Amino acid sequence: MTAILTTKNVTKRFGGLVAVNSVDFQIPDQSIVSIIGPNGAGKTTFFNCITGFGKPDEGEIIFEGAPIHGLRADQISHLGVSRTYQNIRLFAEMTALENILVGQHTFLHASWISAVLGLPSVRKEEKDALNEAKRLLDFVGLKGHGDTLARNLPYGAQRRLEIARALATRPKLLLLDEPSAGMNPSESEDLTVFIRRLRDEVGITILLIEHHMRVVMGISENITVLDYGEKIAEGSPKEIQSNPRVIEAYLGRGAATEGMEDAHERHQKKGG
Amino acid sequence: MNNTNKENSLWAAIKIGLLGGAVALFISLVGMAEVFSKRDVVEKTMTLGQFVLLAISVASGLLAARRTAALLDKPNTASQAAAGLVAGFFSAAILTLFVVIGAKINIRTVFLNASPGLYSMLTLNQGVSGVWILPVAGAVSGLLGALSLSLPNAVRRPLFHAILFIFFMALFSGLFRVVMINQSGFWEKTAKYLFSQTGMTRPGAAIFFALVAAISAFWSAKGQAIKTDVANLPKGGQIGLRVIAFAVIAFIALGLPLVSGAFIAQVIVIVALFILMGLGLNITLGFAGLLDLGFVAFYAIGAYTVGLLTSYGQYGLQHISFWAAIPLAVLVAMAAGFTLGLPVLGVRGDYLAIATLGFGEIVRLLAGSDFLAKYFGGPQGIIGIQKPCIGVLGEFTKVDVPRVCYSLFDAAKPGIELGTPQSIYYIAVASAILIAFVSWRLRESRLGRAWMAIREDEDVAEALGVNLIQTKLLAYMLGAAMAGLGGAIFATLIGSIFATSMQLIVSINVASLIIVGGMGSIPGVIVGAIALIGLPELLREVSEFRYLLYGATLIIMMLAKPEGLWPSKTTQRELHHLDAGTSAE
Repeated sequence: MTAILTTKNVTKRFGGLVAVNSVDFQIPDQSIVSIIGPNGAGKTTFFNCITGFGKPDEGEIIFEGAPIHGLRADQISHLGVSRTYQNIRLFAEMTALENILVGQHTFLHASWISAVLGLPSVRKEEKDALNEAKRLLDFVGLKGHGDTLARNLPYGAQRRLEIARALATRPKLLLLDEPSAGMNPSESEDLTVFIRRLRDEVGITILLIEHHMRVVMGISENITVLDYGEKIAEGSPKEIQSNPRVIEAYLGRGAATEGMEDAHERHQKKGG
Repeated sequence: MNNTNKENSLWAAIKIGLLGGAVALFISLVGMAEVFSKRDVVEKTMTLGQFVLLAISVASGLLAARRTAALLDKPNTASQAAAGLVAGFFSAAILTLFVVIGAKINIRTVFLNASPGLYSMLTLNQGVSGVWILPVAGAVSGLLGALSLSLPNAVRRPLFHAILFIFFMALFSGLFRVVMINQSGFWEKTAKYLFSQTGMTRPGAAIFFALVAAISAFWSAKGQAIKTDVANLPKGGQIGLRVIAFAVIAFIALGLPLVSGAFIAQVIVIVALFILMGLGLNITLGFAGLLDLGFVAFYAIGAYTVGLLTSYGQYGLQHISFWAAIPLAVLVAMAAGFTLGLPVLGVRGDYLAIATLGFGEIVRLLAGSDFLAKYFGGPQGIIGIQKPCIGVLGEFTKVDVPRVCYSLFDAAKPGIELGTPQSIYYIAVASAILIAFVSWRLRESRLGRAWMAIREDEDVAEALGVNLIQTKLLAYMLGAAMAGLGGAIFATLIGSIFATSMQLIVSINVASLIIVGGMGSIPGVIVGAIALIGLPELLREVSEFRYLLYGATLIIMMLAKPEGLWPSKTTQRELHHLDAGTSAE
C-alpha cells in the first residue's frame, strides 16, 4: 500500500528544548494510524508540523508525493489535510452551521463584489454550501443544532462539530488530536465506530493522537510511540502492548508486569 | 434571625441612599445640576435639574425597597416603604450637608461649580434657612419610589414610560419648538401651547403624560393580541403592512430636511458620516477582530482626495465634479487601507492597536505639516471645495471662484446646487443606507464568515483554508473605503478640510460607538452613532459634559450589557428559517 504521508527526519525545537527529534514516519493510504506517548512527548507538536502551524526546523514532510513542510496552513488544507484540536477550538461566537461553512471556504468562489450584488450564481453556491453543511451536521449526529452558537453546545457535541468542520474541507488525511478526551466508555465506543465509518465509507485516512488505550488498541492498524520527541516504537497494537521500551516509557524501569491500561491511567493522574 | 435581617435591610437602605447622594453631589459639583436647572421640564413647576436630582432619590428609594424585599423573610409594603423613605432621606442628606457647609465655608476655591446659583437652586431659592426642603423632598421621593413597587404592573409601566417620555421631551423641547414654530399657522400655535421658551408648558406636559401613559397602557393590554393578529395575517396582508411601514419611514426621511432646518439636518448628516465610519470599522474590528485605532486616517484620506480633486481654491488639482471625485476618493482610501494592512498583517492584538494608532497620527501630521503644505495646505487646510451640482458644471475660470452649476436642460438656467446641510442630508443618508446594505451582504457571504473565523481564532481559520493575507487585507480595504466615503461627504458638507479635525479622538469615538452599539452588529452601529454622536450634538446643554457622559455610558454598558445595545445575534438570520424548514420536512 502506498503512503499518503511520509515524514523524514522531522525535528522541531523550542529554544533549547527538542520537542520532536528526527522522526521518520509513514501513514499508508486508507489506514487508521495512532500516535501515543506520555504527556509532553511531542505528539501535538508533530501534528502542528504536519498541518503548518509551525514549520519543522529540519526534515521533510511529503504528502501524496509532494513536500508540504514549507507551506502555509491554508495551502496544506487545500491539498487535503485537516485536523481537530486537543482543547476544542471551535469558532465560539458562530453558529454550528457557520462553523462548518467556514470549513467549505476553499470550495466557494464568490468574490466580494458578486456577493454584494447578490448574483444568482452566488445564491446558488451559498445554497449548495448550506445543504452540504447540513448534510455534514447530520452525518456527525447533530441534526437540528445548526443555529446553536458553538459555545452553547454540550461538550461531546462540540467535539463532533469540530470533526464536521474538519470534514467540510474535504480532507484526504484527517488528524484527530485526542478525540475521545472527556468521553465516557460508551461515547468512546461510538467514536470508534464513527472513525471506522469515516475510513470505510468516506475513504479518509486517519491519524490519531489518543490516550484512551481501549480506543487506540481497538481501532489502530498501526501505532507509533513517541517519548521525549523521539520515536521509540512502531508496530501493530499487539506488538506495542508487549514492547518493553514502551512500557518503560509509560511506567519507568521495572514495572513491566502491569497492564498498559492501568499503567496509563496512573500516568495520567500523575501528570494531570 | 429576623432581627438581624431587619438591621441588615436598614443598613442596606442607608448604603443605597448614600450612594445615590454621592451621585447627586457629583452631578452638582461638576456643574451639571446647575446647567440643567436652566431648562424646565414643566414651566414654572420643575426644572430639569430638580427632575434629575429627584429622580436619583426616587431610584434610591426603589432600589432600597427592592433590596428589602430580597433581604426580609416576609417583606411587606410597610417595611419597603420605610426602606424607601430612609434611602430617599439619605440620598438628599449629603446634598443638605453640602449646602450647610457651603454656607459657612467657601469651598468654591476647590469646586468651581459650588456657586451661589447651585445653592439657591438646591434650596429652591430659600437660602440656608430653607435647606430642610432637601431631605423632605428626598424622603418623599424615596417613599414614592418604594411605593411604586407595590403598584400593579399595568399601572407602574405606563407611569414609568410617561415619566421617561417627559424627561425626553424636556431635553428636546427646544428643538421641537423651533421646528414647529418655523411651520407657522397651526403648528406654530400648537408649539406655543405645548412648549415654553425653556421647556414644556403645564398643559403641554399634562397632554404628553396622559398620551404616553394611555398608549403604554393600551399596548401592554392589547399589544400581544395585535402582534398575533399581524402574524396571522395572510402573506399579502403582511407584505402590505411592510410596504406601508416602509412608505411612512421613507416619507419621513425624505421630508425631514424640508421642515427641520439646517441645524438638525447637519446633526443627522454628521450621524450618517459616523455611521459610515462605524460600518467601516465594524468590518475591520467588528467582523475581522482587527483593532484599528488610526481609523480616522481613511476618513481624512477620503476628505483630502475630494478636496484636492474638486477645490476651486489654490490647492485644487483637477477641478472635477463631486460625483466624479467620490469613486476616486473611495478607491484612494481603499489603496490606503491596503498600504496600512500590508505591514501590519502579522501584528496581533495590542501591538496592532499601537501600530494603527501610529498610522493615523502620521497621516494627520503629514496632512497638516509645513513640509507638505504646498500640496495639502498645511495648517490652513484646503478650502473652496466645490459643492455637488445636479446639472452641468461651468468651466473652471480662476482660483477662488466657484464653478457655476447650470441646469441639465437649459444651459442658461441655474442647476440644483447641493450646498446646504439639508441637501447634503440626502447624499449622506442614502450613502449610509447603501453601505449598511453592503455590510449586510458582506457579512452573509463567504468573506464575512472568513472574517468572523479570523476574529474567533485566526490559526484555526488558516488551517481550514482561509487565506489570512487576502482576507485581512480585504477587511482593511473595504473598511477604509467606507470611511473614505464618509470623509468625502464630510469635505463637501463643510466646504473645507483641516488636518486638525482628524484627531485621534474621532477614531476613539468610532470604536466607542461600535462597542456601545454591539460589536459586529450593523443595526448596533446605527444605534451607537445616534446615541453617542447624535444625542450630544443635539443637546447643546450637555455638550460640556460630553466625555463625562461618554465615560459613564461606556462603563455602565460594559458592566450591565457588554454585548451592546443591539447585539448581532438577536436578529437570527435566514439560516434559521432554512434550517427550521429542512428539519420540519
